[in-house]
Amino acid sequence: MDWLTQADTTSEKFILMIVAIALFVLVMGVILFIVDKIPRAPKWVLVLGFMGPALLGLAFGLVYPALNTVKSSFYDDGGKNFVGMDNYVTAFTENSFQQVLLNTIVWTLFVPILSTAVGLVYAVLVDRTRVEKFAKTLMFMPMAISMVGASIIWKFMYEYRAVIEGLAPDRQPAQIGLLNQVLIWLGFEPQQFLLTGPWNNLFLMIVMVWIQSGFAMTILSAAIKAIPDDTMEAARLDGAGGMRLFFSITMPSVRPALVVVLTTIAMSTLKVFDIVRTMTGGNFGTGVIANEFYTQSFKQANYGLGSALAVILFVFVVPLIIYNVFQMRKSEEMR
Amino acid sequence: MTTVTETVPAASAPEPSKLEKFDIRADKARVTLGSRVASVIAIIIAVLWTIPTLGLLVTSFRPEADIKDSGWWTWFTNFNSTLSNYAEALTGSRYELSTYFVNSIVITLPAVIIPITLALLAAYAFAWIDFKGRNILFVAVFALQVVPIQVTLIPLLTKYVDWGIAGSFWTVWLSHSIFALPLAIFLLHNFMKEIPRELVEAARVDGAGHVKVFFQVLMPLLVPAIASFAIFQFLWVWNDLLVALTFAGGDQNVAPLTVRVAELAGTRGQAWYLLSAGAFISMIVPVIVFLSLQRFFVRGLLAGSVKG
Repeated sequence: MDWLTQADTTSEKFILMIVAIALFVLVMGVILFIVDKIPRAPKWVLVLGFMGPALLGLAFGLVYPALNTVKSSFYDDGGKNFVGMDNYVTAFTENSFQQVLLNTIVWTLFVPILSTAVGLVYAVLVDRTRVEKFAKTLMFMPMAISMVGASIIWKFMYEYRAVIEGLAPDRQPAQIGLLNQVLIWLGFEPQQFLLTGPWNNLFLMIVMVWIQSGFAMTILSAAIKAIPDDTMEAARLDGAGGMRLFFSITMPSVRPALVVVLTTIAMSTLKVFDIVRTMTGGNFGTGVIANEFYTQSFKQANYGLGSALAVILFVFVVPLIIYNVFQMRKSEEMR
Repeated sequence: MTTVTETVPAASAPEPSKLEKFDIRADKARVTLGSRVASVIAIIIAVLWTIPTLGLLVTSFRPEADIKDSGWWTWFTNFNSTLSNYAEALTGSRYELSTYFVNSIVITLPAVIIPITLALLAAYAFAWIDFKGRNILFVAVFALQVVPIQVTLIPLLTKYVDWGIAGSFWTVWLSHSIFALPLAIFLLHNFMKEIPRELVEAARVDGAGHVKVFFQVLMPLLVPAIASFAIFQFLWVWNDLLVALTFAGGDQNVAPLTVRVAELAGTRGQAWYLLSAGAFISMIVPVIVFLSLQRFFVRGLLAGSVKG
């Protein structure tokens, strides 16, 4: 049975993949076949046949592990001794973790607000222009690429070459990062964008804003298109200019969508891991909960503390989701 | 100014009309000015959103020595290109992204097919089979979207180790499939509910069992919905780092592109000839999928399929 877990060559991997899919189809086929063939099957058999596999998966992969993690957050790293709130106390009182919590809060405020603002302005500006479709594609292309890819793209923008002391400016090594070159063109010194705190946090957040603005723009653009033409026309006839239109008509009309966008981006931002890990590894004071969780759990083997951080993340997400659901309900009722 | 001189001879014309005329002209001027400023802002944003990618794309085609000596923007005046970065990244013995590319494909296909199938069946039962406790169960599944996957990783990994499948494709497939379920069930259920009740009931009256109704009546109608979710799940799995890193680790025979490229960014952070090509190798498939199926993607987005 070794070949089922070990696949070393390309062909072995593809065979394994096909076997896995075939196995899955076979199992599901058998289940449905049985359900279909039992004459006058009782309802619970039917229901079990259709949703049993999914429920089993959810119980094993989400419910059980979540409960388990909550439990281990009250135990020490070996999982043997109950330590009460110790892990949480550590997470909230130690300096390095306080920095992590603070960073997470700043991320969750800054990224949604800026991405939504950019997305909204852009959506309004390109609305009903000839190049609308193309212009929109430009902005939401970053959503298709991985956060790892985006991080590398931006790391290159921020690239810094050490300035050599006592060398004339024109003999210095060329800056290959665009932002530092722009600084030089403007007559400033090049900066180590990713190393100098606390500003390095801002430069990491910009990557997330760059990714999320496309999402905000798409949703808000749809909301803008839903504003009745009559409303806009009437306001225009009353002499409202671009700014007036934006603040008196567009903004109030898209308000429900705006809230959904803000909370949704806040949720993804809370869980951001890839960007911090790829760009700074959480060093230089840039750690956030999602990254610190990974470091503590899988690098430092501090399972108790790692679990506590995961639970804290969980607790931060819950109110956002609840609020989001209520807002979605509301905006659906308004439609 | 022309407005004033033009209207002077026609002094007999009623006063308000003159004012009105002026107003309209001024209004037009304001609108054109506004739209000019608007265009400039829109173009600036578009450029800001494109330049970073363009910079790395140009870099990936420049010779290694050039990348070190000058900024990518000099490429436009000093046109010097090569494909050797891609060759080195894909097949160079130490990096071999081609292996990881295969891993990404092998991980992604089952991790898209399995959860969608499971979710379709479950969503069908939630939508069209009337059973006791249905609503409570549905709310429970919906609520599971709250659980951040971070919460599940350590216990799942422990279980996989116990079963002796840790570090194999199975763990990655299983984990991705499960993590996708709450959102998939919720969304597909919403799409299924939109199908007219009469259609399903007519088939039932004709004596079709639930299995038959599912495959013959509902599936054909759900193709667009399935496509929307499939694209999401595809992008999510292909671009994922956390799940792959936790369950596949650094294993060359399982880890996907994202894991390898992220690792290169850490260990070979200055090797831009390698990183730039590597980044684009990992991006090319999702970008093609995204551009060709953008329509479905936007529809899915508007239906609320945003994975947390």
